[in-house]
Amino acid sequence: MSETMPAVSFDEALRRYEPVIGLETHVELGTTTKMFCGCPTVFGAEPNSAVCPVCLGLPGSLPVANRTAIEYTIRIGLALNCTIATWCRFARKNYFYPDMPKDFQISQYDEPLCTDGWLDVAVGERTFRVGIERVHLEEDTGKSLHVGGATGRIHGADYSLVDYNRAGIPLVEVVTKPVDGTGELAPVVARAYVTELRDLLRSLGVSDVRMEEGSLRCDVNTSLAPRGSGTWGTRTETKNVNSLRSVERSVRSEIERQAAVLDAGGRVVQETRHFHEDSGTTTAGRSKEEAQDYRYFPEPDLVPIAPPADWVAELRAALPELPAARWARLQAEWGLPEADMTALRNAGALDLVAGTVAAGASPEQARKWWLGELARRANESGTELAALPVTPAQVARVSELVSTGKLNDKLARQVLDGVLAGEGSPDEIVMARGLAVVSDDSALAVAVDDAIAASPEVADKIRAGKVAAAGALVGAVMKATRGQADAARARELILGRLGAGGS
Amino acid sequence: MPITREEVAHLAALARLALTDAELDLYAGQLDVIISNVARVQEVAADGIPPMTHAADLANVYREDVIIPPLGTEVALDQAPAAEQERFKVPRILAEE
Amino acid sequence: MSDELTRMTAARIAAAVAAGEVSAVEVASAHLARIDDVDGKVRAFLHVARDSALAAARQVDQHRAAGDPLGPLAGVPLALKDVFTTLDMPTTCGSRILAGWQPPYDATITRRLREAGVVILGKTNMDEFAMGSSTENSAFGASRNPWGLDLVPGGSSGGSSAAVASYEAALGIGTDTGGSIRQPAAVCGLVGTKPTYGGSSRYGVIAFASSLDTPGPLARTVLDAALLHEVMSGHDPCDSTSVDAPVPPVVAAARQADVAGLRVGVVAELSGEGYESGVLSRFAEAVELLESLGAKITEVSCPHFSYGLPAYYLIAPSEASSNLARFDAMRYGLRTGDDGTRSAEEVMALTRAAGFGPEVKRRIMLGTYALSSGYYDAYYGKAQQVRTLIRRDFDAAFEQVDVLVSPSTPTTAFRLGERVDDPMSMYLADLCTIPSDLAQNAAISVPCGLAPENGLPVGLQVMAPVLADDRLYRVAAAVEAALEQRWGQPLLAHAHGLDAEPPGGSWPAGAGPGA
Repeated sequence: MSETMPAVSFDEALRRYEPVIGLETHVELGTTTKMFCGCPTVFGAEPNSAVCPVCLGLPGSLPVANRTAIEYTIRIGLALNCTIATWCRFARKNYFYPDMPKDFQISQYDEPLCTDGWLDVAVGERTFRVGIERVHLEEDTGKSLHVGGATGRIHGADYSLVDYNRAGIPLVEVVTKPVDGTGELAPVVARAYVTELRDLLRSLGVSDVRMEEGSLRCDVNTSLAPRGSGTWGTRTETKNVNSLRSVERSVRSEIERQAAVLDAGGRVVQETRHFHEDSGTTTAGRSKEEAQDYRYFPEPDLVPIAPPADWVAELRAALPELPAARWARLQAEWGLPEADMTALRNAGALDLVAGTVAAGASPEQARKWWLGELARRANESGTELAALPVTPAQVARVSELVSTGKLNDKLARQVLDGVLAGEGSPDEIVMARGLAVVSDDSALAVAVDDAIAASPEVADKIRAGKVAAAGALVGAVMKATRGQADAARARELILGRLGAGGS
Repeated sequence: MPITREEVAHLAALARLALTDAELDLYAGQLDVIISNVARVQEVAADGIPPMTHAADLANVYREDVIIPPLGTEVALDQAPAAEQERFKVPRILAEE
Repeated sequence: MSDELTRMTAARIAAAVAAGEVSAVEVASAHLARIDDVDGKVRAFLHVARDSALAAARQVDQHRAAGDPLGPLAGVPLALKDVFTTLDMPTTCGSRILAGWQPPYDATITRRLREAGVVILGKTNMDEFAMGSSTENSAFGASRNPWGLDLVPGGSSGGSSAAVASYEAALGIGTDTGGSIRQPAAVCGLVGTKPTYGGSSRYGVIAFASSLDTPGPLARTVLDAALLHEVMSGHDPCDSTSVDAPVPPVVAAARQADVAGLRVGVVAELSGEGYESGVLSRFAEAVELLESLGAKITEVSCPHFSYGLPAYYLIAPSEASSNLARFDAMRYGLRTGDDGTRSAEEVMALTRAAGFGPEVKRRIMLGTYALSSGYYDAYYGKAQQVRTLIRRDFDAAFEQVDVLVSPSTPTTAFRLGERVDDPMSMYLADLCTIPSDLAQNAAISVPCGLAPENGLPVGLQVMAPVLADDRLYRVAAAVEAALEQRWGQPLLAHAHGLDAEPPGGSWPAGAGPGA
C-alpha cells in the first residue's frame, strides 16, 4: 500500500515530522591483496582470475588476516576519533548466498575494532557532529551477473553467473549513531557526511573511494517521528545508494514516502528498500521468507586482534592532516571566501587546487580554472574532476601563460583542449597549434588598418572623441586574428591611428 | 522443553537442508534426546567463567600484504558444476541479499 | 621378501632405503601388492594412488642414487586420511557431496610428506566429515578391523588405522577432533597421537570443528609415530592457529623411553561405570607397570571431565554447521535438482539433503540449534565455559603430575552395526579422549594388552600439557618396550581377523567407491 500513497512534498513532510538518519558505509580498502589471502585486489580483471582456495572457500582452506588491512582500519578509527579495541575477534556471520564462497562472512559482531567516535560535518554555516557507533572489518562478497529477465535484475532472471574476484577484498564498515536534529537539512547532512568521510578516507590513503566502481557503498537509514513527539519512528534501510547525489535524494524520497504513509494513518514497515537512480525513489526489497538468524560466533580459524598500545600510538602520530584541519588551513592561506571553499570541496577540487597553487598559480586563478572551465568539461564528459587527464602543474602553467600575457583566456581554453586531448604539455600545444597571443605590431597593424577601413563610421566617432567606440574595432581585430591578438595592444594601435586617446 | 517438529523444520531451513517428513520426525526425536543430554553444561558453567574460544595467549597472527599468485580462471572453474563466460553458473537466485 | 617388507617398521624401512638395502620402489610395490591382497576385506582405502606412489618412490631412489640427503622417513609408504587435500588424488572426506572432487591444492601436511620423500599410497576411508567413531558414517561403506572383520576399526580415522594394522601401509595419518586418532588406534592395537592443537597444520584439512581438529600420526610403534609426528608438524603461516614454536623433541623422547621419577596421575573420573572390565584390568596393569619402571603414581581428580562429552557435542556440531555450509552445490562437488526451474536456494537444500549422510545432517541440525538466536548463551556459550573449566582441571593436575593416564576408550572394538541406531551410545566411544581435544593439549594412545574377555586390544591414553608432546613418547615408548619384552612380540602379531572372509563380502581389490 505504501507504494501508492498520494505524494507529500518535502517541505510539507518536514512541517509535521522530524527525521532521524543513520548511515552504514562500506569501504573497500586499497590493500594490495585481499583480507585473508594473497590474491590481488584488482578491479575489472578477467572473471575468476584473482581467486585462490581461500577466497573461493574451497574445503580445507584457512584465512590469515592481512596486517595492512588491520592497520588501515585502526587508522580510520583514529581519524574518526574512535576508541581502538585492545582485544577483539572476528566472527562468522552465517547465511547462505551464492556469491559468498563459504556461506558465511568473516566479519566482526559484538567486538568491533573501533568504537564510539565522531565526525564533524559542515553544512553551510552549521556544523553537525555525527556520532560514529563502530568501525569494523569484514570481507566482501563475489559479484553476480543475472542472465535473462529484465536488464540484469535479479528478479525474473533465468540463472546467474558469479565472479569471485571481489570475494575477500577487505571491507570496512563505518556505522553512525542515529543523527537527529537536522530537520530539513537531513538529506544534505547525509550527503555532507558521506562526502566528508570520503575525503577523510582519501586523505588517509586507505581506499580509492570510488563510488562509481563500488569501492564506497552506502546504506541509508531513515525514520520519521511527529514533530515534538520526542520519539523515534520505525526506520527503513535503503540499500544500493551509490553516489553522493543519490544519498541526498534517497533520504529526501524516503522522508516524502514515509510522511505520506504516516499521514494516511499507516505504519512504516521496518524493511530494506532499494534506491533507483533513474526515478530517484525507493522500492521495498523482497521480504525474506525466514527471519534472518545469522548465528554469529567467534571465528575459530582466526586468532584475536590485540593491537599493542605502542603500535596504535605510532599510527596515531603518523596520521596525515585530516580534511577538516586542512580545509581550515587552506582557507586561511588562500583567503578565499567560504562559499568558494565549499564549492571546491563539493566538486572534489580541493586537492587539485592545492596542487595547482603549489605549482605556482594564485589560489583565485586555480579556483577559477578548476571550478570553471575544467568543471564544465568534467560535467560534459560525465567524469569526476580528478579523473580529467590534466595535472595541477599543467593548469598552473596555463595560468602562468595567461598572467604573463602570453595567452588570453580564450587561447588558454584551447590549450586546455589540447591537454585534455592528450596532445602534450601546455607549452607543446602553444607551439604546435601556434596559439601565442599576437602582440607583434606589424602583424597587428594590418588587421587594425583593415578594421578601420571596414568601419569608417566607427572610425569617425573615435576621431570625434568617442573612445568607447573602439571596442567594436578591437572586436573586429580579434575576429580577424581568430582571437590571437593582444586586445590591449590592438586598442592602443587603433586609438593611435585615429589620433584619439593619449597616444 | 521438548523440541518440536516445527522447530526442526525451522532449523532445516536455516541449515538449507531439504529434509523429508520422515527425517523431520526422526531428528525431532533424536535432537530432543541429545539436547536434553548436552544441556548438562548449564549445571557447572556459572557466570564469570570466561569462555574458551581460542588457544590461550595466541593473538595478532597476520600475513604481510604481498601477492601470492592466484589459481587463474581455468583452474578456478575446473570443478564447477556449471560455468559460463568464465563465471560459475548458478540457478536463479530468489532472495536479494 | 614382499611380506617381510610390509611387516617392517617405518624406521627400519627408512634405514634400509637409505642404506640401499632395498629400493623405495620395492617397498612401495610390496605395500601396493598387500593392498591388492587384503583391502578387499579391510576396505581401508577409498583411492589407491598406484602410479603417483611409485613415482614418488622412484624419486626417492633417484635422490639416494644422486647422493642427496634423505629425510628420516624417505621411502616409507603412508596411508593418508581422505580429509587432506591432494593435488593428484580425489578428496572426498567420506562424503557423497564431495565424491570425485579434485582439489587444486595440496594440504600443508600433504606437501610436507611429499617433500620428506614419504610415499603416499592413497586416501583412506573415514566417517563422513570425520563425524563418527566407526567409519560406518562413510558414504562409501565401513572399513573393517583386522582384529575381526565384523568389528569396527574405530573412527573417524578408521581407514588409516585399518590400513596400518593390516600392514597395507607402514604409517597412517588421521585427524583427531574428539578422539578420531586415539580411539581407532586403541581398537586396532596401534599407536596414535593427537599433538597439541596448532602443533600440526590444518591448512588443507577439510574442517569438521576448527577449534578442535588436530592432524596426527598412526603407527605400529611409538618410534614410528614420533618420526611421523616430527615430519608432519611445525609452524605453518597458512594456518593462523598454528603454533609458532619448535616441534617438541618427540623422536628423542621415544628413544629415551624412560619414566624413572616421572610423576604420573591417574584420572579418577575416567574409570568405573560404562568401562569394560577387561579395559580396566589392562589399564590397571599398565599403571602398575609404570610404577615398576620408576614412575610415581598418584590419583588425580579432574571434576569437570564428565562435562566434556556434552560440551563437545555442542561445540563440534556448532562449528561444523558453519564449516559445512560451503557445500552448497555452487562451486564444486555434487549438484542435484538443478532442472532449470528451481532456484539456487532450492538446489542448495536438495543437494545438501542428498549429499550429506544422516549423522552429518544430525550434527548440522544440532549445531544450528546451539548457535541460533535465543539459544547461543545457553548452549554454545555454556559449552565454551565448560571448556575453560576442563582446561583449568588440566592446569591444576599438571601442577601435581607430569602426565595423566586413563584408558583410551571405555570399550574395545565394537561390532559393525551395533551402535548405528543410537547416536548417544556411539558418542560414548570418545568419552576419554574428548577432554584433551577441548583443552587442546597433547595425548597419545598406546597398546597395553588384550582384554581377557574378548582378546581385543586395549589402549592406554597418556595426556601431557600443551607443547609437552615429548612426554607422551617417553611414557608410551617405556610401556611399549616393557610389554613387548613381556609378550615376546608386538601386540599386533595377535591380530588374525584377516584370515576370515568378511561379512557382506569383499570390495574388488583397491577399487573402493570413490576411487
